[in-house]
Amino acid sequence: MMLNQFLLLAAALFCIGVYGVLTRRNGVLVLMSVELILNAVNINLVAFGAFQDNVMGDVFAVFVIAVAAAEVGVGLAMVLLMYRNRKSIDFTEVDMLKG
Amino acid sequence: MSLLTLAVEAVPEVSFTSEANWFLENVWIIPLLPALSFLGILFFGKRMPKGGAELGIAAIGAAFILAILTNVAWLDHRDNFDGVAESKLHGVVEDSHGEDHGDEDDHASAILNVDGVAEDVTLTALAEEGGEESHPAVAVLKQREWLVNGGVSFLVGTLLDGPSVIMLFVVTMISLLVHIYSTDYVSGDRRYTHYFAFLSLFSASMLFFVLSSSTLQLIAAWELVGVCSFALIGHWWEEKPNSDAALKAFLTNRVGDIGLLVGMIILFFSAGGTFDITTINEKVVAGEISQTAVTWAAISLTAAVMSKSGQFILHTWLPDAMAGPTPVSALIHAATMVVAGVFMIARLYPVFWQGYAISGSSINGLAIIGAVTVVFAGLLAFVQNDIKKVLAYSTVSQLGYMVMALGVGAWTAAIFHLFTHAFFKAGLFLGSGSVAHSVHSFDMKKDMGGMKEFMPTTYKTFIICSIALMGIFPTSGFWSKDEILVGTGGFGVGAEAANGSYHLMLVMGLVGAALTGAYMTRAIYLTFFGEFRGHGTPHESGPRITIPLIILSVFAIGAGFLNFPPGFLTGSAKEPSAWQERFGHFVEPAAAYFPAISHSVPSWGLAIVASVVGLVGPALAYFYYFVKVDGLAKETGEKLTGLPNGLTTTNGLARTGHQVLVNKYYLDWLYQGVIVAAVKGPIAKAAYWFNQNVLDEVVNTAGRSSVRAGQFVYKNIDQAVIDGAVNGSGQLSTNSGQGLRKVQTGKVQQYAAILFAGATILAGIFIVLV
Repeated sequence: MMLNQFLLLAAALFCIGVYGVLTRRNGVLVLMSVELILNAVNINLVAFGAFQDNVMGDVFAVFVIAVAAAEVGVGLAMVLLMYRNRKSIDFTEVDMLKG
Repeated sequence: MSLLTLAVEAVPEVSFTSEANWFLENVWIIPLLPALSFLGILFFGKRMPKGGAELGIAAIGAAFILAILTNVAWLDHRDNFDGVAESKLHGVVEDSHGEDHGDEDDHASAILNVDGVAEDVTLTALAEEGGEESHPAVAVLKQREWLVNGGVSFLVGTLLDGPSVIMLFVVTMISLLVHIYSTDYVSGDRRYTHYFAFLSLFSASMLFFVLSSSTLQLIAAWELVGVCSFALIGHWWEEKPNSDAALKAFLTNRVGDIGLLVGMIILFFSAGGTFDITTINEKVVAGEISQTAVTWAAISLTAAVMSKSGQFILHTWLPDAMAGPTPVSALIHAATMVVAGVFMIARLYPVFWQGYAISGSSINGLAIIGAVTVVFAGLLAFVQNDIKKVLAYSTVSQLGYMVMALGVGAWTAAIFHLFTHAFFKAGLFLGSGSVAHSVHSFDMKKDMGGMKEFMPTTYKTFIICSIALMGIFPTSGFWSKDEILVGTGGFGVGAEAANGSYHLMLVMGLVGAALTGAYMTRAIYLTFFGEFRGHGTPHESGPRITIPLIILSVFAIGAGFLNFPPGFLTGSAKEPSAWQERFGHFVEPAAAYFPAISHSVPSWGLAIVASVVGLVGPALAYFYYFVKVDGLAKETGEKLTGLPNGLTTTNGLARTGHQVLVNKYYLDWLYQGVIVAAVKGPIAKAAYWFNQNVLDEVVNTAGRSSVRAGQFVYKNIDQAVIDGAVNGSGQLSTNSGQGLRKVQTGKVQQYAAILFAGATILAGIFIVLV
């Protein structure tokens, strides 16, 4: 079994995710990019688990999915509140903590 | 090393005898009761219906009952001890080859040392022949470790033996009567509650004192007693003489207290760093402490006794202490303050015994001080017009007897005299208070006279107590005074001189007896006979005053029967029968911490001579006052104060003597006019000059140079270095903050970019390194 394809796929997904997080202005798209990063990790976990014939990777992947769901819930709630207050979900405009 | 000391070291809580009665084990409750009542009265007394008096009486009453039970238990304990000692002795003699006796039992192990001594051996013989290792000890010693410092263990506890048991009884009883008497005597006083609070504390301190098991406790209690006497003598401090008297009592006692501290320190170091009284005493008895140290300790402690127990030349505070309320005087003179000194000698008797080499000599410091006090104080009592001052000097004189008795080795006689004296002297003081309460004055010449008619009960009890004080057969004073005279060694004819022959002390004692009779006859005449010279109509005092008087006069008659001399009525003089010398048997410690004193054998001859001498004084005084002065007063119709003076105005020598006595041997003049004035005058001036010119100069120079040094430090160090460092660090923070705030853009994605960049760099480093 070839592990490399999966790892490369995961790395590509990770990079796309990071790119999205850093460049997207839309809050929802940033959250989606975070999901891409997490799923890249999930692919890694499942791939290594299958490679080593160990169920731990699958278990961790399920954990990560659960945590990601919670994270998205919180994140979307924040984006929603942001929209209510400012009529905008542009992350670049939210810089009130500027030093 | 004594076996008993070993036991003390092994277990912190140990009793000298293995099984003791509950009352003997828990005797600490007795001082605790009045101490608690002191606090109770102090905090809640004013809110109580009787102003706190009821709490004080309840506490001291309970203490009195406990003291009686303790005495009964002690009686049993003491007799059982003999019994155990003898029965075990038989056992040992019978099967001395057989069993191995257990070491747990103190009695048994003590008895093992006297293996083979004949069966009819008495306790004294047991103590003397018991060998070096251990003596049987009957005392109940309960100690706890208070703290350990520098390898010295500070033990506190109670040491219960004969003298402390009997003092428990005397103190609680006199104190109870004084409490009851006071409810009438000071009723309506502005500091009624305060008065009862201090009576409680006074009793508690004295009880604490007699139970002390270590010299530290002894010192603490000694000072507590001093403080209480200060507070009570100065009870009416609004009047200057009263607060002066309180100060004088306190300061005179401080002089002696130096001696106390020095003596105790010498004992502490010479006994190898222990405060434990029994250990110190045992070491002195065993001769483990150098003679020089013991002698100096004894001399220092004698100074303490001289101030506390009013011995000549430090007695001057005692008559002035009459400024306090009369019941307090009774308490001070009978049971608490002044007997503390005598009790201290009795407690540390081996130190004095060894230090003054009492056995076998014929003169020593302690005996001389006592004997001089007996006579000189007796003379002073003649010229007093204040009835309480007559009694005060009488107390000084009687304390002289006690100290003299201790000085000649008659330990039991001293304690016995302390015991009997407590009753009749308390009776006399309370009686004089009763008279004064009714005529509102203490001056016998101006405001009394003829009180016999007005106050029959007071009169009768006063007469009984006076007879006891004079030492006339068969009242208690006779027995105790005779025992002291016997203790001096008697005439050496018929009497056996046990601890040396102190002929000088015998003569002084006899002179003192004659003087006592004479001045008491004078006081009785001036108070109770002749015409009434005061104002208004005096009346007999209420029952709360008279009943204590009656109780005390019963004891004044009967207390002496407790210690019949050996050979009285039955038996030979050398072997006391079962009912003779009970007091001595009850009180005298039979232990290794008590020196082996021997007892003089009384003689009829001495008793008769002493009685005759004791009657000559009163007879002469009777002739002078009751016959001559009284007759003259009737003849001329003049009152006593209007009569021409007798001998003192016609005879130059008598006048001089009178003058010396009125001026109290010029001792007050010496103390205040010479010593205090010198301190106040030239010495104070010199000190002032020294202060202004030398000390102030030093201080000023020091001050000026400090200012200069301060200015230099301010300018160069504070401003430049320290402030520079502080400012510099502040500046640095500001600058770095300004630089760093540019990074803080508030843009989340920029932070994320930095985060990922950092993670990438770290990952790169990780890959390169691994």
